[in-house]
Amino acid sequence: MKILVCISHVPDTTSKINFVESNSQFDTNGVQYVINPNDEFGLTRAIWFQEKQGATVTVVNVGGPETEPTLRKALAIGANQAIRVNATPTDGFFVAKQLAHVIQTGEYDLVIAGKESLDYNGGMVPGMLAGILGYNFLNSCTELTIEATAVTAVREIDGGKETVTTSLPLIIGGQKGLVEEKDLRIPNMRGIMTARTKPLTVVEAVDTPTTTKAISFDKPAPKSAVKLIAADNLDELINLLHNEAKVL
Amino acid sequence: MSILIYAESAEGKLKKVAFELASYAKKIAETLGTTVTALTINASDTSELAKYGVDKVLQVNQDKLSSFNAKAYTDVIQQAAEKENAPVVVLSSTTDSLYLSPLVAVALEAGYASNVVGLPVSTAPFQVKRNAFSNKAFQITEITTAVKVIGLAKNSYGVFENPASTTQEDFNPTIDATDFGIKVVSVEKVSGKVSIADADIVVSAGRGLKGPENWGMIEELATVLGAATACSKPVSDLGWRPHGEHVGQTGKPVATNLYIAIGISGAIQHIAGINSSKIKVVINTDPEAPFFKVADYGIVGDAFEVVPQLIEKLKAFKAQHA
Ligand SMILES: Cc1cc2nc3c(=O)[nH]c(=O)nc-3n(C[C@H](O)[C@H](O)[C@H](O)COP(=O)(O)OP(=O)(O)OC[C@H]3O[C@@H](n4cnc5c(N)ncnc54)[C@H](O)[C@@H]3O)c2cc1C
Repeated sequence: MKILVCISHVPDTTSKINFVESNSQFDTNGVQYVINPNDEFGLTRAIWFQEKQGATVTVVNVGGPETEPTLRKALAIGANQAIRVNATPTDGFFVAKQLAHVIQTGEYDLVIAGKESLDYNGGMVPGMLAGILGYNFLNSCTELTIEATAVTAVREIDGGKETVTTSLPLIIGGQKGLVEEKDLRIPNMRGIMTARTKPLTVVEAVDTPTTTKAISFDKPAPKSAVKLIAADNLDELINLLHNEAKVL
Repeated sequence: MSILIYAESAEGKLKKVAFELASYAKKIAETLGTTVTALTINASDTSELAKYGVDKVLQVNQDKLSSFNAKAYTDVIQQAAEKENAPVVVLSSTTDSLYLSPLVAVALEAGYASNVVGLPVSTAPFQVKRNAFSNKAFQITEITTAVKVIGLAKNSYGVFENPASTTQEDFNPTIDATDFGIKVVSVEKVSGKVSIADADIVVSAGRGLKGPENWGMIEELATVLGAATACSKPVSDLGWRPHGEHVGQTGKPVATNLYIAIGISGAIQHIAGINSSKIKVVINTDPEAPFFKVADYGIVGDAFEVVPQLIEKLKAFKAQHA
């Protein structure tokens, strides 16, 4: 089985979010980048398939040279090889177009992307990939088992979960649950050393029309200070929730 | 030409988000000088859509669509959008609609903006405001294609009555047999409880509750309020509560009218998931807990003393306002 894991390179969750150039660009100054958490669950599941079922795992990112440390980290965790599509990811559709091209060229059986990235929160890429390629697609996937080409998976639904069967080739939008958090891999010394010798191929982007453009950013207005209510004055809390906030 | 909304239903009944979409689409339609068409799939009673400004309902009733299927539903929405010559298609942010929207966008060759939090800031060029960076910032996105797909964030617009005289029409789209590559084997829903996705109020508790045996009062508080229960991540990691209740950056996002956080510190990853809730109440023993910085109302106090009293007071309040 050939697995492709899509890796988004995102600011670490505790990063300060600021913008520059008249609020048109994200300020990368001092920001630590990590593998998008949803993708990390997918990557670990892919490594599990590699170890238990003999799959090969390729990781891919659409981004400039600055994302290579993130791809190297994925290699150190255990991926066999990496691909970087050399382009600035302008929107979800652009990224999906690039990845679709990589998938068609490499003939992958299973493509794992995160259901959403932590930076632009688009939630677009896995679904768009499926739309472009016409593959089977499962979003918000929390469990995945594969026997030959038969797939059993679980997806989250509002208020519960749903078990489905399908077949390869398949694209999933994955999330927490694909593996337990305690099973997430961190690179060890040996992994880091071998990652240096693993292939990281850079390919050029394919042309695609734009569908959306990021114009500008802004931050929510500063919040007014919390109203503290004495613990023995709960009537006041109920009064405020009823008359001021109007939520009761 | 008409603005198309996909009005979701569950077990034949329209969901509340359908009315929010209708209210929202009506405003866009007024700006663009056009009408609103709502597409329903296997909904038994669609009459309520008229209250929120829907001019036409396209009703699809097909047995093979009885359980959600992203590809087949995408076909239906695509054909409805083409039939109505819709310049804008609006979907919600339920789990199903988040699944559908990117597929619909590709099918219609449309630009798609998700997590949209308000009416377009401009319609020519077409620009919308959306949440980004885990709700820590907004992004203005321009959709440059002829057809636009919008994913409206839950509770970001509200529900507004705007009665219209609505026509109903049966719609029979053709569905490709190859769409059924994914087969539903079983569905497990938490029954008899308000789910986080549908709730207007969420009562959430964290590690400050010390152990799963103490959740009785959290559930009781939720019952009194007609709320859903939720928790912080360590609580679900420890197995005190089911995973489906964990909210935050790696859990579920919550956009409710009222979020009550009890014994939760307010770590940045937790806040990322609840930022879009309107009113936040925090109960915590530690006056320095970061949650107080984002809360609207705060009580510095011990949950084990405050919550039981709050339950009693709320019961009395509810009895009075019944
Ligand atoms: C990549 C990443 C992603 C994460 N994603 C999430 C996420 O999605 N959701 C999430 O919740 N966390 C997430 N976390 C974890 C997060 O950083 C915090 O560890 C977590 O939110 C803390 O949970 P807590 O507040 O319940 O527990 P604690 O940090 O233990 O805080 C408990 C609080 O309870 C208070 N307390 C104690 N006793 C009482 C009492 N008797 N009455 C009232 N108050 C009391 C304490 O003062 C304290 O503030 C993530 C972390 C990382 C690194």
